[in-house]
Amino acid sequence: MTAHDIVIIGGGPAGLAAAAAARKAGIQDILILERDSCLGGILNQCIHNGFGLHTFKEELTGPEYAARYIRMVEEEQIPYKLNTMVIDINKDKEVTVINREDGLNTIKARAVILAMGCRERARGALNIPGYRPAGIYSAGTAQRLMNIEGYSVGKEVVILGSGDIGLIMARRMTLEGAKVKVVAELMPYSGGLKRNIVQCLDDYGIPLKLSHTVVDIQGKERVTGITLAEVGPDRRPIPGTEEHYACDTLLLSVGLLPENELSKGIGVSMSPITSGPEVNDQLETSAEGVFACGNVLHVHDLVDYVSEEATLAGTNAAAYVKAGREREAGHVAELKAENGVRYTVPQSIDIRNMQDKITVRFRVADVYKDRYISVYYDGVRVSKRKKKVLAPGEMEQVVLKKDSFADYPDLKNIVICTEVE
Amino acid sequence: MKEMNFDAVIIGGGVTGCAIARELSRYELHTCVVEREEDVCSGTSKANSAIVHAGHDAAPGSAKARFNVEGNRMMGQLAQDLDFEFKRNGSLILCFAEEDMPALQALYEKGIKNGVPDLKIITGDEARTMEPNLTDTVIAALYAPTGGIVCPFGLTIALAENACDNGVEFMFNTRVEQVKKTDGGYDVVTDGGVFHSTYVINAAGVYADEIHNMVSEKKLHIIPRKGDYCLLDKEAGHHVERTIFQLPGKLGKGVLVTPTVHGNLLTGPTATDIEDKEATRTTAKELAFVMEKANVSVKNVPFRQVITSFSGLRAHETGDDFVVGEAEDAENFFDAAGIESPGLTSAPAIGVYIAELVAGKAGAAKKENWNGRRKGFIRPEHMSKEERAALIKERPEYGAIVCRCEGVSEGEIMDAINRTLGAVSLDGIKRRVRQGMGRCQAGFCTPRTMEILARERGMKMEDICKNGTGSNMITGKKDK
Repeated sequence: MTAHDIVIIGGGPAGLAAAAAARKAGIQDILILERDSCLGGILNQCIHNGFGLHTFKEELTGPEYAARYIRMVEEEQIPYKLNTMVIDINKDKEVTVINREDGLNTIKARAVILAMGCRERARGALNIPGYRPAGIYSAGTAQRLMNIEGYSVGKEVVILGSGDIGLIMARRMTLEGAKVKVVAELMPYSGGLKRNIVQCLDDYGIPLKLSHTVVDIQGKERVTGITLAEVGPDRRPIPGTEEHYACDTLLLSVGLLPENELSKGIGVSMSPITSGPEVNDQLETSAEGVFACGNVLHVHDLVDYVSEEATLAGTNAAAYVKAGREREAGHVAELKAENGVRYTVPQSIDIRNMQDKITVRFRVADVYKDRYISVYYDGVRVSKRKKKVLAPGEMEQVVLKKDSFADYPDLKNIVICTEVE
Repeated sequence: MKEMNFDAVIIGGGVTGCAIARELSRYELHTCVVEREEDVCSGTSKANSAIVHAGHDAAPGSAKARFNVEGNRMMGQLAQDLDFEFKRNGSLILCFAEEDMPALQALYEKGIKNGVPDLKIITGDEARTMEPNLTDTVIAALYAPTGGIVCPFGLTIALAENACDNGVEFMFNTRVEQVKKTDGGYDVVTDGGVFHSTYVINAAGVYADEIHNMVSEKKLHIIPRKGDYCLLDKEAGHHVERTIFQLPGKLGKGVLVTPTVHGNLLTGPTATDIEDKEATRTTAKELAFVMEKANVSVKNVPFRQVITSFSGLRAHETGDDFVVGEAEDAENFFDAAGIESPGLTSAPAIGVYIAELVAGKAGAAKKENWNGRRKGFIRPEHMSKEERAALIKERPEYGAIVCRCEGVSEGEIMDAINRTLGAVSLDGIKRRVRQGMGRCQAGFCTPRTMEILARERGMKMEDICKNGTGSNMITGKKDK
């Protein structure tokens, strides 16, 4: 068994930023474990631009954004292992890994940073009826086949789901000469960023059908067509609204799920809303010395926020390792999401030990116009901020300052909610 | 057009055809299996409940009863000999109403008559003690400890590999167009050539009536009876430990809830008689029915964890029994037709029965060097850490995980492709080593698996198919 101060599970944007931050905080002995053949994660297949506006104040492509962090890791000579799969992490932070060169090994970590990212929801999760032919791809799989492997996956395409990858792929496939006939979205609003709807659909005349879903898939060998139907407020198809589309490909962009099988193996408390671990303001899970960041914690809209969050996780993991023991129990207040706010990350704050300020991230449950985002400390509204539009596709945040808690020595609950006034 | 001579031609490479092939391979007979798809286990055998039935459902004296009980009895030894996954997890048949108690009692008695061992009627509370997630409305149950679960792919592929290793030939992508009586036997006319054969065995699943009717005036009529299923994540795999049936109704055994040998939870099937023998197409209505009915038996089935749904066609013959044996008016033509449930369970017994009939007529001697044992796939996931480390040291490809959900390595995928009757399609790999069978449903591992298949088989990526001809995964290289 080998041992390291910090073992980072995943070499995508979260893992890379966490590693860079942990090194900056003075930890020498770091190891990044990456299952793919190169660092950078899913960014490598996101060859479109729009990354890094917050972090670097310029527009980068996915590979360019990844390259900046890979360079930091390389310059700092932080060790990493590629083509390496973590198959288990136990409560003692023993990480079992497997790869071609070293075989099967166990690595003992003083701190673990979970940065495994997320996966795409598949057809089965939606129970879309019909045949099961070739030509049904999740949008990310199609993106990889096109952008990394260099193959075209279809000629006539229908996309279900208006998540960002689906929107990006609508444009991508159009540019590659495919005909994208329609993007259908079950909800009455898109799950993707507004800018992607404009730049990927509107600019290419691709129709977006809200409140629509796929009710049948035809084709025994390869997809030959699909049937769309409008859905009512209960999200069930309305009989008589069926429309047939001939196509050879159906792309699914119907949601991302944090990939937490390893986290569950450690036994950390999970949030049923985010499908990620519950964390405190240090981004530490319920297992001591196990931190989480990026899409494994909750699905982000922008990679810039992943980097920011991961930097915090890396810094905190470093502090944990340096302290050599668990923090003393502090004054913990729970964060509650209410009235249109679906969840918060973190889920709790240790007011005594917190940094000067923390960023609480969340998503809303529906599209809201002209609403306030309010913060209550034990029933007292301490702040409100008006937003013209709130949408589930965009992550929101509030910043809580340590000195704002000075007047609340016994604070138990911090509520974040939307309000009409 | 190529022409070939055989002693026996088996039409259909499903579980029944492969079981017959394996049993016939014991004898000095030149045998061939003709299969229209690219692989064995591509029809009804791949989409069913994966249950080894105890044998209490069929009418006493019927072929179904006989082969079911015999097949169930054989399964344990066969699983050892052929190294496929099988577990005798026991089954419960639930009764929900006082007025149905006589039917439960009748089922028990039928089971006794059929020779099913160790049957017992238990109370609702006793059933709930065994299976805490059963609903409160269960008032009694028939407990059948010999009921089991099996990997239908594993069973079929094991039978086929063993048959092939013992000399049976397999012709894939070969569709039978005609069976003609000749002086010395039959001509099996296919789109890939004409096979002259003394004996023909019809194991053509939902098409067995069409094949039979080519040579016999005693017509068969098979109605495809469609069943939709939902398969749930392994996280839900222990929701029940036994196979949970509902007291049979007019259209079959009702909806079951069962763990699978791989640790998933399976619910289904519906029973809808249809016309189209190719219509393996789930419908929203039937999937909703499966969920509704499953909840009658079992509380809180976590349907949010469905990872895929699928549909299979039972080959229901209107006479309501298996048709097994030599056709009355067509000498040396043998049927294994109407093999609906409990066909998977019965297949090994049907195999023995048909093989003995054919070998008896042919006066064929047993092979001296027949080997009835087959080694299954290497599954590093099931090894101890030490064994696994040693394996990877020797063969590094077992250290490269391709399918993260099911933990399948490149080495296992290479095995699936390179061994006897190896996979030529993505589904073929999936059925052999479970690549892509997990919760992401091949989202991550598809590109890499395609690459490995192309490399190992010397195929172009454009020619990689999901299953049969025409199911190409990609439409070409970019910029070409």
